[in-house]
Amino acid sequence: MSLPGIDPPARILITKIGLDGHDRGSRVVAAFLRDAGMEVLYTPPWQEIGQVVRLAEEEDVDAIGISSLATDHLLVPKLLKALAKAGLGHLPVVVGGIVPDADEGKLKKAGVRHVFHPGASREEIVDVMARLAVEARAAKAKSLFG
Amino acid sequence: MARRSKPVELPLSRFEKARAQWRAELEAGPAAPGNSSNRSGLEVKPIYTPQNAGERDYMDALGFPGQFPMTRGIYASMHRGRTWTQRQLIGLGVPEDYNARLKSILAHGGSAVSLIPCNSVYRGYDADAVPPEILGTCGAIVNTVEDMEICLSGIPIGEISTALNDPSPFTLLALELAVAKRRGIAWDRIAGTSNQSDYLSHFVANHMFFRLALPGARRVLLDHIAFARRRLPQWNPISIVGQHMQQAGATPAEAMGLTLASAIQYANDCVARGWSPDQVLPRFTFFFDISISFFEEVAKFRAGRRIWARLTRERFGATDPRSWRFKFHGQTSGVDLTREQPLNNIARVTVQAMAGIFGGLQSLHTDAYDEVLSVPTEKAARIAISTQNILKEEAQLTDVIDPLGGSFYVEALTDQMETKILQVIDRIDAAGGMYAAVEAGLVQRICGDSALAFQEKVDSGAQTIVGINKYRVPDTQEPAREALRPPPKRKIEAQLKRLKRFKAERGRDSVARALSALGWAAASAEANVFEAVVEGACAGLTHGEICAKLREVYGFGTPLIVA
Repeated sequence: MSLPGIDPPARILITKIGLDGHDRGSRVVAAFLRDAGMEVLYTPPWQEIGQVVRLAEEEDVDAIGISSLATDHLLVPKLLKALAKAGLGHLPVVVGGIVPDADEGKLKKAGVRHVFHPGASREEIVDVMARLAVEARAAKAKSLFG
Repeated sequence: MARRSKPVELPLSRFEKARAQWRAELEAGPAAPGNSSNRSGLEVKPIYTPQNAGERDYMDALGFPGQFPMTRGIYASMHRGRTWTQRQLIGLGVPEDYNARLKSILAHGGSAVSLIPCNSVYRGYDADAVPPEILGTCGAIVNTVEDMEICLSGIPIGEISTALNDPSPFTLLALELAVAKRRGIAWDRIAGTSNQSDYLSHFVANHMFFRLALPGARRVLLDHIAFARRRLPQWNPISIVGQHMQQAGATPAEAMGLTLASAIQYANDCVARGWSPDQVLPRFTFFFDISISFFEEVAKFRAGRRIWARLTRERFGATDPRSWRFKFHGQTSGVDLTREQPLNNIARVTVQAMAGIFGGLQSLHTDAYDEVLSVPTEKAARIAISTQNILKEEAQLTDVIDPLGGSFYVEALTDQMETKILQVIDRIDAAGGMYAAVEAGLVQRICGDSALAFQEKVDSGAQTIVGINKYRVPDTQEPAREALRPPPKRKIEAQLKRLKRFKAERGRDSVARALSALGWAAASAEANVFEAVVEGACAGLTHGEICAKLREVYGFGTPLIVA
């Protein structure tokens, strides 16, 4: 199954940066996205920011999902800066997990496109990721051919 | 008048008549709401009667508390005599922050120390080796004997029990022993539990605690048990953790089965070291998740207790009743809590805690309502401990031992859960034991599949979660959700400075000697690695240095990810 406007299917990197290793959430989300026809690149936890940037580039992903259960979301602004520096500033980054309200605004301001909280449904996750992937594909095509 | 032959009417007993009438009325009425199966996949009937009890022999299946098969409890007096230890997980900020929170919890009714270190510590690093943004946000920063001294300042560690959330190589215990030595407290007075010694559960389900590659973790754990046997008579060196697997998605029956399968593995490893089962099994303790599926959790614990008693006696030949005792700590399930309408979590935690109490636990952690938002705030932490005080002292839950025992439903469910749990143990046995099953990814798959199945029930509405898939309130109508903020920058900077000074001021020679002794012990087959860790901590080695040295020998290891 392929999503509207996306062929080949959207490629999403689901990963964890920082120190936490809880991965129930990231595994469930990866399964949701695969079921919806997306290609998911899934990594073990504790990825260095540099590794995430490299993976995103080499694997030509359309969006990055960072799972954070234990304050690793505080490192996401650093990831966004590193992506921009590598010329991948157009890649949408989302965060899922435990993000206090006070931090959500900061993450959005730093460029995070969406924050999924505990209780986010399959539908919401698939919809948002599909929309972001379509946008990212269009932005990429524009930068290549426009 | 035509003669009609009278139909043969079988004499219906009062029971059967009443049941037939009840069934007819039930079927004519509105469909019985609610689940028709529990989280472990067992069918739940609308009513249970003596018929569901089967041919149970009271003495074989239940007996009296403190007696084989321990179904009704592991001690004669259970909660009537000794209630449960109120062991709240505590961990935040710099050592001074931790100490202040610990004292506040103890003042409000907490009866034991628990220490959750910062994620950097979990991963085996000192504070100076990780991004400063995430220091002290999820636990206390404890790298040195000096840090531990501050954490435990004013705490009588010779009198109160300590639970250290610290996997192999158990540096926090080593640091606590170093503190005891400084204070002149004999080590045989140090009581408590190495709460995260179950490396198999870390490899499967909670990679946060994963520090050494599997073979190294296995070796260090056995040395840790050997050291405790020799030097720490009041220390439980092993706690087998079902909580991780249930939080990672395993159903209650699966989590219990996998935990018992891990216990079998650890017991086998101990026997292979030459210890008799009765020498080590009395030190085994367990740690479980308590979900909100109330009756299922009660039955899970009762069944687990019975299986453990039979298993230790029949499979391991243990004859000491202390070996049969299934001692466990329970923690209310964080996965059941919701970020939406967070105060609702207080009600959830109360139900979960009651399931654990009726399940016969020895020690309890109740989650703070805001744990789904951040490390608990002071206010939420106090409500969590008050919940235990209310259940323990107001509600009269502890008057009768195993008060749900004898309920047609609870006994039938205990039997059914037992069957399910035994099936899981059989499956792991067939895979060559827990170590092999974990290496092969079988256990990871069990947890992952069940996590997905549960999420699907939530998404389809088959499993109601108030505020999530029913009774939602728009986010904008919710009051502000307070969350604990990370420690201020100046505190982190001061902590980093303290570490730097500590490292500069230690005796350079004794540190070098301790480090090389540790490396030698790890590489040698005869030495006790944990003893070298303790000596290192006393000589001034930091947590990060100890972990790094052992990783040189055993490897870092990466958990097997079965996505």
